[in-house]
Amino acid sequence: MKIIIVGGGKPLYFLCRNFTAQGHEVAIINRSPSECTQLSRQLSALVVCGDGSDARILKDVGAMGAGVVLAITPNDQDNLVICQLASLQFGVPRTIALANDPDNAAVFEQLGVTAFSTTHVVSSLIEQRASLEQITNLLPVGEGQVNVTEILLDPGSPVIGKRLMDLHLPTNALVAVVIRHNRPIVPRGPDDLQPGDRLVLITLPENHGPVLKVFTGEKP
Amino acid sequence: MKASRFIVVVGCGRLGSQLANQLSREGHAVVVIDPNEATFNDLSPDFSGFRVPGDASQMAVLKAAKLQRADILIATTHEDNVNLMVAQVARKIFQVPRVMARVFDPKRETVYCRLGIRTICPTSVAAEMFLHAITEDTDPPGGPAA
Repeated sequence: MKIIIVGGGKPLYFLCRNFTAQGHEVAIINRSPSECTQLSRQLSALVVCGDGSDARILKDVGAMGAGVVLAITPNDQDNLVICQLASLQFGVPRTIALANDPDNAAVFEQLGVTAFSTTHVVSSLIEQRASLEQITNLLPVGEGQVNVTEILLDPGSPVIGKRLMDLHLPTNALVAVVIRHNRPIVPRGPDDLQPGDRLVLITLPENHGPVLKVFTGEKP
Repeated sequence: MKASRFIVVVGCGRLGSQLANQLSREGHAVVVIDPNEATFNDLSPDFSGFRVPGDASQMAVLKAAKLQRADILIATTHEDNVNLMVAQVARKIFQVPRVMARVFDPKRETVYCRLGIRTICPTSVAAEMFLHAITEDTDPPGGPAA
């Protein structure tokens, strides 16, 4: 598949490297002549210097046959216009815009352009993962409607020695598996919890935080 | 006298400030948005509208300008893409009944017409006027003056 990326900096460099490694054909549009020279030396991609929201430049990189256009410049207005031009004028089936201002992600979707906000993505990752050291794995399933989380119970946890049936878990949450001494158990109400147990939890995004606090003891 | 309208002008450069001054003088309620507060100095002393400093590509700034109550939005910044984005946001999200954008690149006009945005291209307007002036000049002296 042919992918056109408009933008610069490290995100563009690493995205391009990933896509070419996966066997995609990548074309880059960047405004800065010096960055273009550098990119064309480092990457095996077509590099065109110019304004990505100019129809001529999009034509030059072959927007007509592209499968995806990805607009990741630091200016939201440019990203929007690039995506609209690509889909309206060149019929590119899939266009994705970076919304630098997180509010613009919803705005772009309303204007018919698929958008993502790195602020949203990173902050939700940090919320769910980095703030709690005990979390060893996290997997969103069902289009992000359900979280599968693996946590390690340390000796300080308030649930140590308690039976599952005595825990006050919010509704729509489940301890699906307890891994004790490398042996997985599907626990029942009378089973108790011990330090070093690894638990696999099923939660929903809305009760994810409160459920974790039951096990880690962190004050809400 | 014409009914007073609520008009938001985005960009307070030469074009924006002139429009804002004129519309305010005609009795309309005018709000001007520009990220550079120094540009508000170009508004005339009798300008009676509001000045909102900020980047119009941010929703919060458009909300501060009370865009949801506007009858007309005119986007006059020197960046085509800002004008086109603000115009679409005004039309589709804030439901502003009349939206106009200045667009320098004539090639972009066609695409944005399709999106229901009325664009005015200074390049095309100037070219037309020059061509008109040329044909006038070739008329015999004393011919019709516009």
